[in-house]
Amino acid sequence: MAKITFDGIEVEVPDGTTILNAARKIGGGVVPPAMCYYTPLKGSGGKCRACLVRVAAGSAKDPRPMPKLVASCITPVQDGMVVENTTSQQVLDVRKGIVEMLLINHPLDCPVCDQAGECDLQNFAFEHGVSTTRYEEERRTFEKIDIGPYVQLHMTRCILCYRCVYTADQLTDGRVHGVLGRGDASEIGTYIDKVIDNDFSGNVIDVCPVGALTDKTFRFKQRVWFTKPMNAHRECSHEKCNGHVTLWYKGKDVMRVTARKDEYGEVKEWICNECRFDKKETADWILEGPAHIDRSSVISQGHYELPVVNPQIIADLPESTIRDLQQNPPLKLGGLNG
Amino acid sequence: MGRKLLTEHVNVEGIETFEVYRKHGGYRAVEKALKTMTPDEVVDEVKKSGLRGRGGAGFPTGLKWSFLAKPEGVPRYLVCNADESEPGTFKDRYLMSKLPHLLIEGMIAGSYALGARTSYIYIRGELLYVLRILEKAIAEAYAAGFLGENILGSGYSLDLHVHPGAGAYICGEETALLESLEGKRGNPRNKPPFPAVQGLYARPTVVNNVESIASVVPILNEGGDEYAKLGVGKSTGTKLFSACGHLNKPGIYELELGVPVEEFIYSDEYCGGIWKGRELKAVVAGGSSVPILPKELILKTAAGENRLMTYESLSDGGFVTGTMLGSGGFIAMDETTCIVKNTWNFSRFYHHESCGQCSPCREGTGWMEKVLHRLEHGHGSMHDIDLVVSVAKQIEGNTICPLGEAAAWPVAAAVRHFRDEFEWHVKHPHEATQPGAVYRGAGVLA
Repeated sequence: MAKITFDGIEVEVPDGTTILNAARKIGGGVVPPAMCYYTPLKGSGGKCRACLVRVAAGSAKDPRPMPKLVASCITPVQDGMVVENTTSQQVLDVRKGIVEMLLINHPLDCPVCDQAGECDLQNFAFEHGVSTTRYEEERRTFEKIDIGPYVQLHMTRCILCYRCVYTADQLTDGRVHGVLGRGDASEIGTYIDKVIDNDFSGNVIDVCPVGALTDKTFRFKQRVWFTKPMNAHRECSHEKCNGHVTLWYKGKDVMRVTARKDEYGEVKEWICNECRFDKKETADWILEGPAHIDRSSVISQGHYELPVVNPQIIADLPESTIRDLQQNPPLKLGGLNG
Repeated sequence: MGRKLLTEHVNVEGIETFEVYRKHGGYRAVEKALKTMTPDEVVDEVKKSGLRGRGGAGFPTGLKWSFLAKPEGVPRYLVCNADESEPGTFKDRYLMSKLPHLLIEGMIAGSYALGARTSYIYIRGELLYVLRILEKAIAEAYAAGFLGENILGSGYSLDLHVHPGAGAYICGEETALLESLEGKRGNPRNKPPFPAVQGLYARPTVVNNVESIASVVPILNEGGDEYAKLGVGKSTGTKLFSACGHLNKPGIYELELGVPVEEFIYSDEYCGGIWKGRELKAVVAGGSSVPILPKELILKTAAGENRLMTYESLSDGGFVTGTMLGSGGFIAMDETTCIVKNTWNFSRFYHHESCGQCSPCREGTGWMEKVLHRLEHGHGSMHDIDLVVSVAKQIEGNTICPLGEAAAWPVAAAVRHFRDEFEWHVKHPHEATQPGAVYRGAGVLA
């Protein structure tokens, strides 16, 4: 086990845990944002640089600070490590810069984007960005390509997080899409006439942090904040799919089906295309009840929750830390109240 | 002229062949290592020599070798980074094309020291003619029994492969190189784990520059202590410098580290001064990624001491008044050089070569290039000068690999030392965009 101090809060985690996951154990407003890291996807992370943090002390053995900011999603903790996230002005300034970079070529077409309301980049920009841009040059655009019957690709919105590539690589056989080109000319694409038509291709929609990959069967049908998410399941014949989903209702109609996600927007269990695209009647499903939306998103309008420290770890915290938290709760650290 | 350890026989007719190379003392280092030394003794010898990485970072080679993880029953690899692509740097291709057996000998000795049974030379794709030379030399070494099974009856076996890249600068970054060598897209990996623990095919791997590996040969022949006597302080031995730009005698020079920069530029023994009798304006001392310095700061440190061709002296003053020795790509610019245009040109290169994996570099390199393009072409504003520095700052230190810094440092340094020239481009766009127009501090040189 390794004991680390994250934004002044002590937490003990198993060896090998990343700084980000240690912060997630604490929860609340201290958790760094992540645009490319995705827990179920092996090898993801380190690309977007949104989760950079300052390591003020490397470990108990070697308490020197790390010379550069490190990506918390891929850096393992060391016993005695001291990490600064929202308590470091340097980190907050760099994060502003990262938002600015990501928004250079990401069009602000939120009013017509299906991802609006559940877009990680919207949340990231809202929490860490600035309201103006200094970019005056021409924006990058791409030729539109058709990548299959279910998934719509908007390459201009892509922030090249590689999540969809890892998903296709690790979840399906015979990946046919990937990153083509180099630098800011990189694009997600398929080889000429290939389409994404395997049984689990729809999961790339769920993992996309922005609106680059959207559901063709849901396009322009409804804004997500007008829908009501309900957890449901069915006996799925596909061996890899357990049929646990979230149904998004508008009135009595199922507008779309997605995999269930955790509080960080990460899919808990992958679902097959049959469950996602072909079963859009309530009769197909056994309803379990309303899905819990606990992210700082417009979807949760009317039932906002303040970010707080995970109750599970409070019992293990030193008294001094609990005292500090009572005086300066983490909900004051960045995030909604920053 | 100082001692030449690497290029002593470079002009000998036929030195690229095994027979002639052997006649001139070739493969003595391999014989010595395999017959009289243990692998650890070879590593110690390299440590004693004080050899520092010749690819740019300057990390002690022996120390790097000693970091290599050695789990039982797991293969280890030595990979030679011959993906020389930094603008202004052309020493490795020279070494490989003229002295292929020197590199092969270094590879055998290094592989023996590290316990590698298979090693690779990853060569820049555009250097097809060098690839052919290396392939021929490797075949000769196999035929002579210096590669393959049971080399010289020592019980040590080694297979050496040469692998061409596809012409991406990013594949010179060690982890991107390994990805490319594995047949994947040449994207840098996140570190940790470092290659010494998980490198090629997730096995312990050392990646060394061509010149670093070639330098192992004279170190073993002369002894690490003797090698360390050459040079100054922690900059030991000799180093190849590729001099280019506005010099009377551009070319490749092997220098004992410690030669004054002024002597290197102006002495007839080396570059022979600035061409056409012009004045020196600026120098990029270690390949295009290191900070540019104006004449007064490249010849002398801020403290007024003579600047020497060593790691320490060139970096004296940090990035405020210093630079880096880097890869030894020495680019001299005379008084007619437009620094803004030159900076834009460098920036264009890094924009083109960014792999696009991480956001600051992918978006920032292009942004810098576009702003610099505007400044150079008379459409910039004062705000743009600060903007480009700010973008450079946003990239620096926040990327997966050092390409971010490589793109940011030249821009930040150019504005730091030549800000008045950038401002002149803004204030006098018409004059600045005239063909041949150059800022002279007081006006235009027609």
